[in-house]
Amino acid sequence: MTRSFWLALSFLVAAPLGANDSISSSRQADLRNLLIQDCGSCHGLQMKGGLGPALLPRMLQGKSAEYLSRVILDGRPGTAMPPWRSLLTPVEARWMADRLLQEDL
Amino acid sequence: MRGILLSFLAFMLLNPAAAARGTGDLGLFIERASSSVQIVETSGNTSIASVDGLGDLSHASVVYSRDARYAYVFGRDGGLSKVDILDAKLSGRTLQSGNSIGGAISQDGRLVAVSNYKPGGVKVFNADTLELVADIPATYGSNQQRSKVIGLVDAPGHKFVFSLWDADEIWVLDMSQQTRPEIQKFKAIGRNPYDALITSDGRYYIAGLFGEDGMALLDLWNLAAGVKRILPNYGRGEQKLPVYKMPHLEGWAVAGDLAFVPAVGRHEVLVINMRDWQEAGRIKVHGQPIFVMARPDGRQVWVNFALPDNDTIQVIDTQSLEIVRQLKPGKGVLHMEFEPRGEEVWLSVRDEGRVEVYDTHTFERKTSIPASKPSGIFFTARAHRIGL
Repeated sequence: MTRSFWLALSFLVAAPLGANDSISSSRQADLRNLLIQDCGSCHGLQMKGGLGPALLPRMLQGKSAEYLSRVILDGRPGTAMPPWRSLLTPVEARWMADRLLQEDL
Repeated sequence: MRGILLSFLAFMLLNPAAAARGTGDLGLFIERASSSVQIVETSGNTSIASVDGLGDLSHASVVYSRDARYAYVFGRDGGLSKVDILDAKLSGRTLQSGNSIGGAISQDGRLVAVSNYKPGGVKVFNADTLELVADIPATYGSNQQRSKVIGLVDAPGHKFVFSLWDADEIWVLDMSQQTRPEIQKFKAIGRNPYDALITSDGRYYIAGLFGEDGMALLDLWNLAAGVKRILPNYGRGEQKLPVYKMPHLEGWAVAGDLAFVPAVGRHEVLVINMRDWQEAGRIKVHGQPIFVMARPDGRQVWVNFALPDNDTIQVIDTQSLEIVRQLKPGKGVLHMEFEPRGEEVWLSVRDEGRVEVYDTHTFERKTSIPASKPSGIFFTARAHRIGL
């Protein structure tokens, strides 16, 4: 699957959630890079886990996008997962949570 | 002209019969998006070949065989790959675990050890054949849980030393007798060791702690003394910043008696006096330091940073302890590697898709090599250094 396919799909899937309204396509590219490269530093480039747990869609079944975006924004105290609130808006965190739930990155 | 030189070098490399060649000015860098490495040479600063099919290379690292011909690449997906840098080909590969973080080569070059997250432990392989020699599960506690293993280094006396992230332990593995590995365990060394290093003389093993302040020090010349905590009061009671990337303790940035290490969750580089292991200073830097690396002569220390400051490099003068230069190579500066005598340094600039070479005296950019999400850079001079 090509990247442009997933990009197109992400527009289609995420559109009803209203999250895309306020994220420009260039910011989405930045966020995708952050997700794969920087989240990937601990969770693996393919989200199969590392110091942090695996974040593949099937691993996240039963967890809501709201819950995941809260973890992204506030981190998990007592673990190595930092709060990303100073680098991401709630809308951006939600966009990333949706990517994790819906896509094989 | 460069193209001609490049194809000439590639020709020589790919045709061993055509021309003999040393490996002392060779090395490689990781391209993490394309599961490949580029083989480079530091005399003319060019890329001479590429080898792919190496799996998930997030956080990949490399050690070299003692003849400096083979690079052992440790991938995130548990892959251990042996790359022939003269013939530019993969000469062995084994998927030895589900998830690994790094490795080391033994003093005699016969064994390669890998530290694994899943299943947590260390596996030791024959460096020639990549056959399994020893499997050391990192079990702890009454339930025999397994811990993620970090900070694996080689040490004199056919030893490997490593730390257990979940178990707060340091283990010394003696492989003198390959069929009967011996393990000495040091417990309660401090909460969540995140990485470790060994001094270049192979004497001191030092683990950085993520879960509390200070560092854990083990004197390998005096194991009976046990693990000692150093810098115990560092930052106690202060609110730490979110840590967007774990610092790395690689090699040992030393100038004279002073050692330089990254502070966790702070915009500071710590200076330690190695005579008494007391704090000798804190240097305010641009962001949270990731790598703090000394030029081989020890006169400069180069520092890169975690998000959101990972577009910047700062250079510390080790005599004045002041920052003498700030560079902005571009977004995502992930790693630095000095050429063996330190006149030039290579930087990987991940998000710009470049590896760049800088003159360490003039700070001028000498050249730029296109690369696909480059990360770690490793030169063959590491083959002959303890702990690298």
